[in-house]
Amino acid sequence: MAVHRDLSPETPPPPPPAEEDDSHARWKASVVSELARVVDNRAINAEYRHLVADCGEESAQARPGQFFQLLCPQPPGGGQPFLRRPMSLYGVDPEKRRVEFLYKVAGLGTRGLETLRAGDRLDIMGPLGQGFRLNADCRHIVAVGRGAGLATLAPLAKAAEARGIGVTAILSARRPDLLVSVELFRHHGAEVITVTDSQSTSGPANVERLLRRLIAEGRCDAFFTCGSSRLMGVQQRLAREFDLPGQVAMEQQMACGIGLCHCCVRDFNVNGEIVSRRVCWDGPVFDLMEALP
Amino acid sequence: MSETRDIDMSVRIGGLTLRNPVMPASGTFAEGLESVIDFNRLGAMVTKTITRELRAGNPLPRVVEQPGGMINAIGIPSKGVPYFIERTLPCYTPYDTPLVVSISAPTAEGFASLAAELSIPGVAAIEANISCPNIEEDGKAFAMRAESTENVTRHLRAATNLPLWMKLTPNTGDMPEVARAAEAAGADAVVVANTILSMAIDLKTFKPCLGNIMGGLSGPAVKPIVLRHVFQCARAVGIPVIGCGGISCADDAAEYLLAGASAVQVGTATFVKPAVMVDIIDGLATFCQRRDIPRVADLIGATVIEEADEPDVSWLSPAS
Repeated sequence: MAVHRDLSPETPPPPPPAEEDDSHARWKASVVSELARVVDNRAINAEYRHLVADCGEESAQARPGQFFQLLCPQPPGGGQPFLRRPMSLYGVDPEKRRVEFLYKVAGLGTRGLETLRAGDRLDIMGPLGQGFRLNADCRHIVAVGRGAGLATLAPLAKAAEARGIGVTAILSARRPDLLVSVELFRHHGAEVITVTDSQSTSGPANVERLLRRLIAEGRCDAFFTCGSSRLMGVQQRLAREFDLPGQVAMEQQMACGIGLCHCCVRDFNVNGEIVSRRVCWDGPVFDLMEALP
Repeated sequence: MSETRDIDMSVRIGGLTLRNPVMPASGTFAEGLESVIDFNRLGAMVTKTITRELRAGNPLPRVVEQPGGMINAIGIPSKGVPYFIERTLPCYTPYDTPLVVSISAPTAEGFASLAAELSIPGVAAIEANISCPNIEEDGKAFAMRAESTENVTRHLRAATNLPLWMKLTPNTGDMPEVARAAEAAGADAVVVANTILSMAIDLKTFKPCLGNIMGGLSGPAVKPIVLRHVFQCARAVGIPVIGCGGISCADDAAEYLLAGASAVQVGTATFVKPAVMVDIIDGLATFCQRRDIPRVADLIGATVIEEADEPDVSWLSPAS
């Protein structure tokens, strides 16, 4: 039976089904909602906060590019967020059974998240969606991120290191002090190139120049990107020109997070045909060449 | 599970016996939920509405949250009948749970032909979503009026031998009258109700919050309103009423059964708490156990109305 799919090639094949007529006993949830225990929740710069929580076995199996649906507490001043809020995975430790998120306080839900203190409980649901796939024949990948994409791409650093895949991360932000994930990428052996609006280095032309250099040096077997449709466009052009594969993590407003409601659809170009897909269920990671801005 | 052992949880909806009275509301259920709950625990499964034509759905945003609920305007995206039969239906056949297929069409004839085509093995009942616009009546939903409800139900009844459930809209002045029309034309049950037409405006942009401008309100906010509709419809018809509106816990479900619902559908609550249907099933059993009620069906319509408490029809009348 088709439980939550995970297309990652490195995932071991699912165990063979047990007795065919005993589906009742065989069924096991692959997505859970649970009360995780907050370990830490603090500001890391003027915009972003880092939330760490102890979780159960299923949640700790989350893979890079997957996300959770958080049931955010009521912020001070009232207004209970009714729906869960999607939050991409920033870090995961299967041994310690711990998940990490990075968020910017922007609305009702994240204002509620901001109130959490160590020891508080947070209802998390996941892991959800299709994550990044790290192909074993990749030698060196490039991760290009901006905004929330800096958090979404971060878990790739550890996963790539574990597979002996080299990483160059091009991280973009408005100002140097708003960059996140820089140390995390470096810690896992990645080369980090930062580009910012304030230094006039974040424009598509400069990023394209950086990417062309990496391609020329043989250090770009695949693109991984999130958080900027302009930068996605640059990578799509280069991917086409040099026949390189790529993956993009997309964002969209969500309600259910498990493919039921069709609130988070986006259009994709699949061999010239426009196809509507659910970001929460068919993604959030998609083939770079099929994504539309 | 051990707690449910002593209670008979089964209910009958026309010719169909369900193992318990809890099922999803159309549009809030798909294969993906199988990663969270065991479909063999449910009373029934209800598909997202299928149309004959391919539909892309509404422009985004398709949802906006509200205090105690949400407004949605998804627009019934549909990949058509062949896709449903070849791709969607096989996802549900492994389960020992009746599959109810929700259908919609712009004309009574369209409803009938779709019902006929979908009356196939693996489909246990047809739920006709007649809350959608009827192009033969200037876009008014079929279930807005008794006449159009009776007409579309009659066409459907002639087209299928499967149990036929008519899903009614609360956006009409007289739901009991519409429910009676569905019964008269041969429906096996009525589902009360679809979402309540509503809207929200973004105060930053002055634009409507939904791409479709208007949408349907659902969630706990609508529960008291729809509960009242169920109470009135259950008194108006002899066929089973399936309650649907803001049910988020076992107590809500019990309230609906007491109001006269023979079963309940759970929708929006699943978006917040994906395993909520299983919690409601277990909670209903516990509810009965604690009160020494042997069968969950004993709750159906068991609201105690003393003679002196009869509602004052002058202000409960549909015109008010």
